[in-house]
Amino acid sequence: MQKEQDQILNEVTTGEYKYGFYTDIEHDSIGKGLNEDVIRLISEKKNEPEFMLQFRLKAYRHWLTMKMPGWAHLDIPPIDYQELVYYSAPKQKARLSSLDEVDPELLETFNKLGIPLEEQKHLAGVAVDAVMDSVSVKTTFKETLAELGIIFCSFSEAVREYPDLVRQYMGSVVPYTDNYYAALNSAVFSDGSFCYIPKGVRCPMELSTYFRINAANTGQFERTLIVAEDNSYVSYLEGCTAPMRDENQLHAAIVEIVAMEGAEVKYATVQNWYPGNKEGKGGIYNFVTKRGICKGDNSKISWTQVETGSAITWKYPSCILKGDNTTGEFYSVALTNNRQQADTGTKMIHIGKNSKSIIVSKGISSGVSNNSYRGLVKVLRGAENARNFSQCDSLLLGDKCGAHTFPYIESNNQSAIIEHEATTSRIGEDQIFYCNQRGIATEDAISLIVNGYAKEVLNKLPMEFAVEAQKLLQISLEGSVG
Amino acid sequence: MSTITKNMSLRDQFLNLYRDRAGDISANSAPLLNNYRDGALARLEDLGFPVKGSEEYRYADIESVFKNDLQKDFGDIRVTFNIREIFHCDVPDLDTNLLLLVNGRYYNGSELIRKLPGGIIAGSLAQAAKDYPEIVEKHYGRYAGASDDGLVALNTAFAQDGIFIYVPERVKSEKPIQVVNIMISDNDLMAQHRNLFIAEDGAEAKIVVCDHSLSAHRFLTNSVNEVFTGKGAQINLTRIQNEHNGSSQITHSYSHQEAGSNLTASIISLHGGFIRNNIFVTLNGEHAENHSMGLYLSDKGQYIDNFVHIDHASPNCFSNQLFKGVLDDYASGSFNGRILVRRDAQKTNAYQSNNNILLTDDAKMYSRPQLEIYADDVKCSHGSTMGRLDDNALFYLRSRGIDKREARLMLMFAFAHEVIQNIKVKALQERIDDLVNKRLRGELSRCNNCAMKCG
Repeated sequence: MQKEQDQILNEVTTGEYKYGFYTDIEHDSIGKGLNEDVIRLISEKKNEPEFMLQFRLKAYRHWLTMKMPGWAHLDIPPIDYQELVYYSAPKQKARLSSLDEVDPELLETFNKLGIPLEEQKHLAGVAVDAVMDSVSVKTTFKETLAELGIIFCSFSEAVREYPDLVRQYMGSVVPYTDNYYAALNSAVFSDGSFCYIPKGVRCPMELSTYFRINAANTGQFERTLIVAEDNSYVSYLEGCTAPMRDENQLHAAIVEIVAMEGAEVKYATVQNWYPGNKEGKGGIYNFVTKRGICKGDNSKISWTQVETGSAITWKYPSCILKGDNTTGEFYSVALTNNRQQADTGTKMIHIGKNSKSIIVSKGISSGVSNNSYRGLVKVLRGAENARNFSQCDSLLLGDKCGAHTFPYIESNNQSAIIEHEATTSRIGEDQIFYCNQRGIATEDAISLIVNGYAKEVLNKLPMEFAVEAQKLLQISLEGSVG
Repeated sequence: MSTITKNMSLRDQFLNLYRDRAGDISANSAPLLNNYRDGALARLEDLGFPVKGSEEYRYADIESVFKNDLQKDFGDIRVTFNIREIFHCDVPDLDTNLLLLVNGRYYNGSELIRKLPGGIIAGSLAQAAKDYPEIVEKHYGRYAGASDDGLVALNTAFAQDGIFIYVPERVKSEKPIQVVNIMISDNDLMAQHRNLFIAEDGAEAKIVVCDHSLSAHRFLTNSVNEVFTGKGAQINLTRIQNEHNGSSQITHSYSHQEAGSNLTASIISLHGGFIRNNIFVTLNGEHAENHSMGLYLSDKGQYIDNFVHIDHASPNCFSNQLFKGVLDDYASGSFNGRILVRRDAQKTNAYQSNNNILLTDDAKMYSRPQLEIYADDVKCSHGSTMGRLDDNALFYLRSRGIDKREARLMLMFAFAHEVIQNIKVKALQERIDDLVNKRLRGELSRCNNCAMKCG
């Protein structure tokens, strides 16, 4: 039995990363290395106004004074920041007005990934901003959205077209001084998505950004900014893939969300960067700073993430609950296999009265991977009747992996109620036996149990993503019996 | 002490202090303990002092505790007070073998080692290191030595004496052994003592440690306890911390448990300006069982920090942590508990629970219950709560005619009793219940058991 299980485990873990192809497309790249000239060059290439350049330079100078954070439960090999290419864009001849002018190779790439770039795929009903190697290549459904006053475009476009909005909100949630990777991103970010929902507007479709790293040796540094005005609503999706390469690539992104009074923002991620091969060679270092602020009263931010890719994940989508009666939510499924390492979780900062937060984190580790939940719940003095509930479960598949839980709970208000619960276990033999008895093969039984285990989180994903996420879990998990 | 200049780092201050006083330190200790000093100094030089904000000392400001210019005695200075006159333990029915530790040194005139029934040895560690070097050498520094905390190295370098308790194989100590650890002085004082408790295979012992401060000076204690629990041995260890608000106490406890052993250790922190308890347990044999418990009641500007690390190094072990606290006024507290389950420690059962009640908006509590697990066939869970007294429970009591204050006290007492009920020495359990009750009512003064009445 054990042997058979090992065999199944083997088969599954050797399963190929299916988005590992490389698109042969002409790139406009700059040389390796990072210095002030490189930053000026990036800014110049993007035709940016002066304030952006100054922002980048300030961030860069601050970055030079910082050190890589070492507190995470991760083993990060040293990164030579001078060996990276900080700008790489698919070559564009002229500005595109219709889809026909998009490089067919590029279209092919996104078709392979199943991204509905072509507008005829109306039924998908998702507006997509596709970002390849840090540069936005195409945004769909722009006009439909514009009718409602919604701005959804690439970040560089926003810098040019709506400089005031960008200036007002950029760095207001994640300042460039925030942490090492945020400073680096602020200095060199090349593109990303910008989304603005005006007062009282309910965005009729899911907005989506699709990130892809294509070129070799590049780092991807994109920046997303979502501003939801009073009583507006938007649901936002993010997906990512990269080719298989032997060297590690760096992805250091920033996502900022601002929710005004009564606004609701849902942000869902299905992260499937290339995780490296079975021996841990290659793969993406995913060092991301995501943070939202519930600025106005009664606002709500909800993070949902399914983390299956990346060699190393360092990511803590957070909510600052500044307004009264605000709500922060964090739902996460993090899966690690082979030699992957993940240190992920959230921060809930309660500032406003009656602010509520809920954290549901499901970690699954298999192979020789290490999976950590790290989360902070902080209640400030004025946050009367703040309420938090955290549930962090870990599932171990195999006896060589690790599952860890590191919550930080800080309370400074006597009326606040904070609860944290965590369990660590494996799939019980009795559970598998129960399924086997009913004619369900071991492999399917595990998939069934794991999906049930993660259901609480998967349920929070928009439908299209839920299906993809479920498949992803299946691919990575079937048959891995502990 | 004039060699200490302000802008030197703490580490360098102590390295210099050692250089100046090495002669005194060794002369008034034992050769066996002296053997460890050079290594510990090198380690201290390497590690330095813990920094606030580091993962281990995230909320505890060790530097500010050491900043006060405290006197350090290394000579053979015996206290001039007659302790027996001014101190009497006020647990009425508690019949114990009493050992006194004054300012970090064993206090008992001529009889430095006591031989108790059954071959139990108890007394001064320095003397034991001379009389029973083979026993002391087998355990001294074995469990705390690998620590990467600079304060443990500091203790090893400076500690001259402390309490030694040895319970031979299959001997059951009838009476509890009580260690009363007193700080009393004419000056602000720092002391670093070192205890070694050994229960050989199949032995049983109940040990009570009481920390008191008997004069109104600033005190700082940096102590290390090493506890060895042999195969099938059982130790029930209770520590009651009741020092005044001007005192700071850093304790490091390193327990090593062999197969089938059972260690129940409770720390009841009633008073103290700054308390940091580092509790490290290694479960080194199958079916070992550990219960680590703590109760902390703090008010004013008190800071109480419990840092627990349970290392499941063997399969089939059980561990349970229960830490509860009530914080009043502008007190702050921290709990950090970690369960580490090593690769092959299958069938581990480990639990961890931390519950806190904040009584004011100025009180602060930080809780970090952590799991680090590398084995798959385990059952581990933890829970942490922070909040106020349950409104429904309050209403229930009040609807039965109990006034608000009394109802609150009852609930708090019930909350605290969950920890106290695990103390196996009956007389002591009742006494602690009583102390906690008084403490919650604000009636417990640090001077309760002191005849000096110095205010």
